[in-house]
Amino acid sequence: MTGLDVVIGLLGLIAVGAALMVAVTRQLVHAALWLVVCLAAVAGCFLVLTAEFLAWVQVLIYVGAIVVILLFGLMLTRAPIGPVTDLSRPRRLLAGTVAVAVGAVIVTALLMAFGGATIDLSGAPQGDATTTGTVIFRAWVLPFEIISLLLLSALVGAIALSRASGDEVDS
Amino acid sequence: MHLAVPLVIASALFAIGVYAVLARRNAVLVLMGVELMLNAVNLLLVAFDVYLRDTLHTGQALTLFVITIAAAEIGLGLAIVLAVFRGSATIDLDLLRTLADHDDGPDHDGPDHDAADADEDHDTTIGRQAQRSGSPP
Repeated sequence: MTGLDVVIGLLGLIAVGAALMVAVTRQLVHAALWLVVCLAAVAGCFLVLTAEFLAWVQVLIYVGAIVVILLFGLMLTRAPIGPVTDLSRPRRLLAGTVAVAVGAVIVTALLMAFGGATIDLSGAPQGDATTTGTVIFRAWVLPFEIISLLLLSALVGAIALSRASGDEVDS
Repeated sequence: MHLAVPLVIASALFAIGVYAVLARRNAVLVLMGVELMLNAVNLLLVAFDVYLRDTLHTGQALTLFVITIAAAEIGLGLAIVLAVFRGSATIDLDLLRTLADHDDGPDHDGPDHDAADADEDHDTTIGRQAQRSGSPP
């Protein structure tokens, strides 16, 4: 039990608690804001695990872009301000059972395989910008290019979806 | 540092994401649940990358790709959600039953009525198309 264990444990507690609030809160906008807390705590976990570059990418892309897009989506669909009572399904007990079962299976499998393992964090950091950039542009160039194509096509697809429905409304 | 700590955190995040996807009725909240699950996978990938000291850094490269795919997914997902909202004025997933099998639905009116309904829809669609192509611009 080292100091790093305590730090990542606390960050994990924050992340799990915020994720629970995302899943159960009755206010739509609060769910998006709790998601910010959760994603930032996961970025902190990345920092503890010496993946500095990924931590900042997480902050930039997730907290900066995705949550803002989600907030835009909430506002464009006229999300009500204030508590909403029927935000979850009536059959949420079943959903909770399934979720607990999934989590139990995953955590049991992982702990049975890697329960006593320890991470050696000494030595050079594993994920600073130099390391990640070198690896991405040496070993992972082809996937990188394919991902960029996918991002471009998703962008074009989102624009096409929005435009097509806009034309329908016009005519 | 124990590997078990990030593993437990990731499992809990994934389970909560599953719950959010299954239990929420608002489509945007379901997308948030998907984001939680993707984050759990990211945490797992980073933890194992550091644990295995992979020289190719497979875990971190895949995490970057997952983040990119999450961004693409959320953009497309929200475009679809907005299109649905424009079409039916709601994003409550329990009310969007256009594609549902009506056998066990709450508004069960019998197969004959459904067939007649479908026919009627078909006719009106054709009529609308004919009207549109026939009418002057």
